[in-house]
Amino acid sequence: MSVRQSLLAILDQGPCYGYQLRTEFDRRTGSIWPLNVGQIYNTLDRLERDGLVATGDTDDHGHVYYQITDAGHTEVASWLGSPVVRSAAARDELAIKLAIAVTLPGVDISAVIQVQRSGSLRTLQDLTKTKNASGDPESAGDLAWQLVIDSLIFAAEAEVRWLDHSEATLARASAAGVMAPMPLTLEPPKRGRPVRAAAKNDAQVAGSR
Amino acid sequence: MSTHLATGPTRPTTPGELLRLDGVAMHYGKGETSVSALSGIDLTVSRGELVAIMGASGSGKSTLLTIAGGLTQPTSGEVVIEGQWLSDLPSAQIAILRRRTLGFVFQDFNLIPTLTALENVTLPLELDGWPHRKTRPAGLDALAAVGLKDRAQRFPDDLSGGQQQRVAIARAIVGTRRLILADEPTGALDSATGEGVLRMIRDRVDAGAGGILVTHDARHAAWADRIVFLRDGRIVDENVRDRPESLLAGRCTA
Repeated sequence: MSVRQSLLAILDQGPCYGYQLRTEFDRRTGSIWPLNVGQIYNTLDRLERDGLVATGDTDDHGHVYYQITDAGHTEVASWLGSPVVRSAAARDELAIKLAIAVTLPGVDISAVIQVQRSGSLRTLQDLTKTKNASGDPESAGDLAWQLVIDSLIFAAEAEVRWLDHSEATLARASAAGVMAPMPLTLEPPKRGRPVRAAAKNDAQVAGSR
Repeated sequence: MSTHLATGPTRPTTPGELLRLDGVAMHYGKGETSVSALSGIDLTVSRGELVAIMGASGSGKSTLLTIAGGLTQPTSGEVVIEGQWLSDLPSAQIAILRRRTLGFVFQDFNLIPTLTALENVTLPLELDGWPHRKTRPAGLDALAAVGLKDRAQRFPDDLSGGQQQRVAIARAIVGTRRLILADEPTGALDSATGEGVLRMIRDRVDAGAGGILVTHDARHAAWADRIVFLRDGRIVDENVRDRPESLLAGRCTA
């Protein structure tokens, strides 16, 4: 989660002290990902180290205000102007579970899928009920919260669609007879370079001489 | 209101129950070439309850809806609408029962283009022989319930897709009608408009109607109290919305 850029974007509106930043972050993200004060100060320390914020005045209550620098301002503009890139290979617990399950003898994969679909739909029902109970947004804060809950709703929906798709794919694979589970390989895995690849490399090296 | 319809013996029914399917099966063809579209379907819909039917194409969702609505007679099993066993009734009586108790909402709205919104909504009442002085207020009530009272005199072509579908919902609940049978009602609408339509169905159900929502879309099914999964004409699982607490810690939504 881009706490760092979010705090910086808030500081771009004017100097804030730590606890104030926490409140501002909360009310701008629907209080769905509460931050603790420790996280805030750790982030501010790093922002200061990187020259993106500077420590400013201290008020009568002892609040230390942080102020954005020119470099910080540029960083905010660049964050808002560029896409969030998700790592394609980020580990997905559910994808791994299904991938492993499909290789295991004696596992009813359609039951695994149905249990998951049921669970994902329950999440979706809860989110929908929560959203429905909140009515139409009446402020920017409401709107922010709605954007966040919609993102959770669409993510849950995507999960269910992927399960539906997987189920159909597996049914076709099963009909085509290519869904045999994988027993454990009895041969110990080879150490070092695979022989075939090694021979090929040697041949290439020999050929290039 | 429907007691005068009964031609068979009175049979017990659960209070609040709008619709019940008991062991419903549907087969096409006979003998070895017979194809089973539905089998062993048990399903109840009560007042204040929205049930979603999910399943892949060909799983029997739409067949189930036409049977629940008395449009198709099942091969075996019983359909009970507001305490009336359909098997006890001649087809003319089933048509009357259907007109008085339930309304269909389809993907393509199915409004009559030459009638105003109000006339579309009051049509089932007119067919039922209601006097004109009663159909008008009932129709306006139904349109008000979906937030379209001020569009009563518009023709369907003058309304947006979302508004047309809300007129169809008004028609489904007009007068004594309490059972909404919706088949992919948001299929022709964009995401945000479709959500408005589902919110409207949900509101009407919360106000005392009952409904079945056929959909392949999980986000739409999530508006229901119960989600029933169909596969190859059988109910394979059922999801009940049983956790009142919110998943989200941040906001109180009571």
